[in-house]
Amino acid sequence: MSSPAKPRSGVAEWFDARLGISEVLAFLRHKTVPLEGATIWYYFGGVSLFLFGIQLATGLLLLFYYKPGADSAYESVQFIITRVPFGWLIRSLHSWSANLMVFAVFVHMFSVYFLKAYRPPRELTWLTGMGLLGLTMTFGFSGYLLPWNELAFFATKVGTDIAGILPVIGPAVARLLRGGAEVSGATLTRFFGFHVAMLPAAFTAVLFVHLLLIQRQGMSESIRSTDTPPKPGMPFFPGFIMRDAILWLGVFAALLILCTFSPWELGAKADPFSSAPAGIRPEWYFTFVSQSLKYLPAQILGIDGDVVGICVFLGGALFLFFVPFLDRRAARNQPSPLFTAIGVGIIGFMLTMIALAYFKPY
Amino acid sequence: MRMEAEPSNRLSRRSLLDAFLSGSVLAFLGALFYPVVRYLNPPEVKEVVANRVVAAKVSEVKANAGKIFRFGSKPGIVVRLPSGEWRAFSAVCTHLQCTVQYRSDLERIWCPCHNGQFDLTGKNVAGPPPGPLERYDVTVKGEDVVVSRQA
Repeated sequence: MSSPAKPRSGVAEWFDARLGISEVLAFLRHKTVPLEGATIWYYFGGVSLFLFGIQLATGLLLLFYYKPGADSAYESVQFIITRVPFGWLIRSLHSWSANLMVFAVFVHMFSVYFLKAYRPPRELTWLTGMGLLGLTMTFGFSGYLLPWNELAFFATKVGTDIAGILPVIGPAVARLLRGGAEVSGATLTRFFGFHVAMLPAAFTAVLFVHLLLIQRQGMSESIRSTDTPPKPGMPFFPGFIMRDAILWLGVFAALLILCTFSPWELGAKADPFSSAPAGIRPEWYFTFVSQSLKYLPAQILGIDGDVVGICVFLGGALFLFFVPFLDRRAARNQPSPLFTAIGVGIIGFMLTMIALAYFKPY
Repeated sequence: MRMEAEPSNRLSRRSLLDAFLSGSVLAFLGALFYPVVRYLNPPEVKEVVANRVVAAKVSEVKANAGKIFRFGSKPGIVVRLPSGEWRAFSAVCTHLQCTVQYRSDLERIWCPCHNGQFDLTGKNVAGPPPGPLERYDVTVKGEDVVVSRQA
């Protein structure tokens, strides 16, 4: 359906003739978002995207003053938050929105999981989404080290050591990440490169495919018996986009409130020759791993406990990654309570470990 | 078709060319990525191996306390037992390489990262660490606490 041609200025027409914007708009008007009880969950992908935009904008601004290097990184962040006008705000926005983005991405992933929206033909959307989740966590891990503070230093030591216990490729991976045998200034330089160049490029490419797939296939509708007729949906443009925009504004307001009343801390400068401080923990989204490792004994059936633990986590990640191909019932458009139960189990485990890490770390 | 006229065990011109072509693509990619992979793998830097170091001054460390010191490129920990005796170990936890500390309340060496514990002989006694801390020799010369690697 082509919308009735409104009188337009010559400039708009000139661009439209070259870019075909009206066709895109017509497509977006035609596309509908299913209106069901679960609609609230459809917003979290958009929120993640919005927060990624904030990351890009504030990240670019931080690059104006940040200086990587063991002797300059901490000092430059200190300079940003104490001397540069609004530096505290830009840095806090970057850290806070990074954390909210990880949260939004996790909510998005689990909502897609529980709605079984990964079922055919959307397997590739799920796989690219899992790729984006992995990249988001890698962003978090690499960015955490950049201020070169005590907590980040030890978190990186442990994190890269965990990479080192992976079977076969582990030692090479750990060395590659650290830029040497130990976490040092060389590690910081590498993480900086990952964080500001390689990861953004990879993320943008995967995100493009992810969004393209969503636009082509439309949003998934939940599993229901074929004799109930689908409810009429809401046009993606302008209806859903406007709702998205309102929510984004709300998220932005929440971010600013967080940054103003609880600016992100810098902590003490990393000292490779000091003890790890008591109560040390990684960013909250890695605490479910670090907390579980505390409960594992030195040996399980003759294998080092941490190796067993990491292999279990890897298995869990692989399960989530390949779930569109494992959940055969959902693929046939039938409810799959087993997979729902597994999802509840995973969330329950993660939340318990995160709570323990914060309230009863030892 | 001409293909059918050829004996099946002979290589066709097409597949020979395909093999050459894919071989050169692989060789090209290999030549492209080999230097990149080598470049990313950091060169071996000679580690500073210290065999003897002044870890602390006697007056710095009270009984039932410990101190981290620099031993070459790695941290070490020197502990003064409640009895006044000195002990020294590597401070690198054998679990995931965090730097340990002395807990006077437990009279043990403790790793805060994953709650590993070592007794005052360096033996792993609780939590996830799979092995003991490397033990060093300690001699007190006047005011200096000198730590050296065990022979």
